[in-house]
Amino acid sequence: MRAMIVKEFRQLRRDRRTLAMMILMPILLLVILGYAASFDVSAVPTAVAGPQASKVASALPKPFQLAGSYPAADAAAASAWAHDELRDGHAAVAIVTGGPAPVVLIDGSQLFAAQAAERALATLRDGSRLPATAAATAATATLTAADVASASVQVLYNPQLKTSDIMVPGLAGVILVFVGTVITSLGVVRERQAGTLEQLAVMPLRPADVFLGKIVPYFAVAVVDLAIVLAVGVAVFGVPFRGSAATFGLGALLFVFVTLGLGVLISSVSQTQGQAIQLAVMTLLPQVLLSGLIFPLSSIVAGVRWIAYLLPLTYFTEISRGVMLRAEPIGSLWPPFVYLTLLGAAVATLATLRFRATLAPGGVR
Amino acid sequence: MTGQEQWGADEITVRFGGQTALDQVSVGAEAGQVTVVVGGDGAGKSTLLRCVAGALAPAAGTIRRPDAERIGYLPSAGGVYDDLSVQENLQFRSAVYKTAAAEARRQAGEYLERTGLAAARDRLAGQLSGGMRRKLGVIAALLPGPDLLVLDEATTGVDPVSRADLWWLVTRAAAGGAAVLMSTTYFDEAARASRVLVLDAGRALAAGTPAEITAAVPGTIVAVQERPADSDERRRAWRRAGAWRIWQPDGASARPDGELVPPDLQDAVCVAELRRELADA
Repeated sequence: MRAMIVKEFRQLRRDRRTLAMMILMPILLLVILGYAASFDVSAVPTAVAGPQASKVASALPKPFQLAGSYPAADAAAASAWAHDELRDGHAAVAIVTGGPAPVVLIDGSQLFAAQAAERALATLRDGSRLPATAAATAATATLTAADVASASVQVLYNPQLKTSDIMVPGLAGVILVFVGTVITSLGVVRERQAGTLEQLAVMPLRPADVFLGKIVPYFAVAVVDLAIVLAVGVAVFGVPFRGSAATFGLGALLFVFVTLGLGVLISSVSQTQGQAIQLAVMTLLPQVLLSGLIFPLSSIVAGVRWIAYLLPLTYFTEISRGVMLRAEPIGSLWPPFVYLTLLGAAVATLATLRFRATLAPGGVR
Repeated sequence: MTGQEQWGADEITVRFGGQTALDQVSVGAEAGQVTVVVGGDGAGKSTLLRCVAGALAPAAGTIRRPDAERIGYLPSAGGVYDDLSVQENLQFRSAVYKTAAAEARRQAGEYLERTGLAAARDRLAGQLSGGMRRKLGVIAALLPGPDLLVLDEATTGVDPVSRADLWWLVTRAAAGGAAVLMSTTYFDEAARASRVLVLDAGRALAAGTPAEITAAVPGTIVAVQERPADSDERRRAWRRAGAWRIWQPDGASARPDGELVPPDLQDAVCVAELRRELADA
């Protein structure tokens, strides 16, 4: 047994990448996730509309935080604007004034913000107002307990605040990351270990041919996977699909392209299948935890939140929840589409360059 | 091997980190001929062939090779997909090289039949024996009808019957007009080649036709039954086929009990190595 232990230590010492991952990654993950793992929503982005929008906006109690106001006199226009603000994800709560009683609209697809809003409203109804900001306290017209008591509260998009409704659209992305990144990451490294990568290097193939040839089959499998996950989500969990299938499909294709490219990139920088899996899991874990799938992005401290904006799942989750739950149109979803396109271009370029270095004469070692 | 041949390498140097794997080595491959690179482990054979095939760029020197479409290459690692069948491996190769499907089928059928692989057509390459996999690798490299066929240790570890099959494929390629450049550790294979390059520790030890290399051995070689007692003789002696051979640089047979033997390629290489060792000492 002693000989076996010594052998394993020697091998581990030489596999420096694994050793570094074993020692550094847990520390890194602990620090990152320690700051990320929070369900607490301290600020609920709130839009106010209607003739008293300005008054309400100036006196929003915590945790409501002004995200936009529309002091229209026309009650119908104010209501339509407020609905659009929620649908497009600009706010989690919208307060529409001008009617006999204010209407509070809550976006149920932002589960934790919605729960925080409901708790705050309940507290206000009980007459014990949440501590207001200094500015709000100074204001004469505030959202009083009486206002709240008479307010009509509507939870949109996910009225029962079901967890499955917000998880399934995001989980579809997680499954695609697993197929796209983890499985694909084995592709090139398997060629390297089997000795066929050198064969590819001298064949009349361009690096882009190899890159695309590698991802197209997985792309097809991922698309089938996605269809199955969605069908199960809708049929078994009753998750609504309210938006455009074409918008969702375009977002999914972009996302799958990024995840597959990432898998090929990981594969091309790995020497063994073990290293490839390790790297792929290291990209999967932050995506699951930091993309807004589990913890709300607004709850993640700013020093760590920027990582979320480098992760493709962050944008896919935004698209899938937006389209499936709120029927968000492509016009308001352009930022995640643009970011996914940029990420896809960056990953494909890096993977192709890496292939060029690997497949071009002098690159193979 | 002076750069007159159509394809090959001229005075190439390859370094891996601080280690020189090839030091100003030249090799040529002429259409219709088989050129063999022979040498022991770590001599630099694979590095040289990888450079000629285009899988590795030398730090210095020049490479003459046809376009990638006209090169067939079998790396020492195998070059076939274990999880594809024999047929599928060949289909992939002919598709990448855009070989006409009917012609590729006809050629593949003939090669598989001749080398005893026809019955294994639908078997996964990973389920084949070592010799069968090497034959498949050579057939795959041959299929596009290359101008330059580069085979890295195609016969190493292969049984004699499979070796004969592999040599049939090699000579068939050369007869078809391909320039064949292959490496081996076997002297009997090198002796069958049109031209031979002997590599040792990244340097060219000898080059030419087998006859030229053996004719260039200076002095004489005697065979004796006992290990030489004399330390000077022992430094110039090597064991072969149950006996000892001693190189006599001055050509005289100082051993009345010894039998003068005409050097073959293996003897010539041993002498070349001894000369280098003695010169380095």
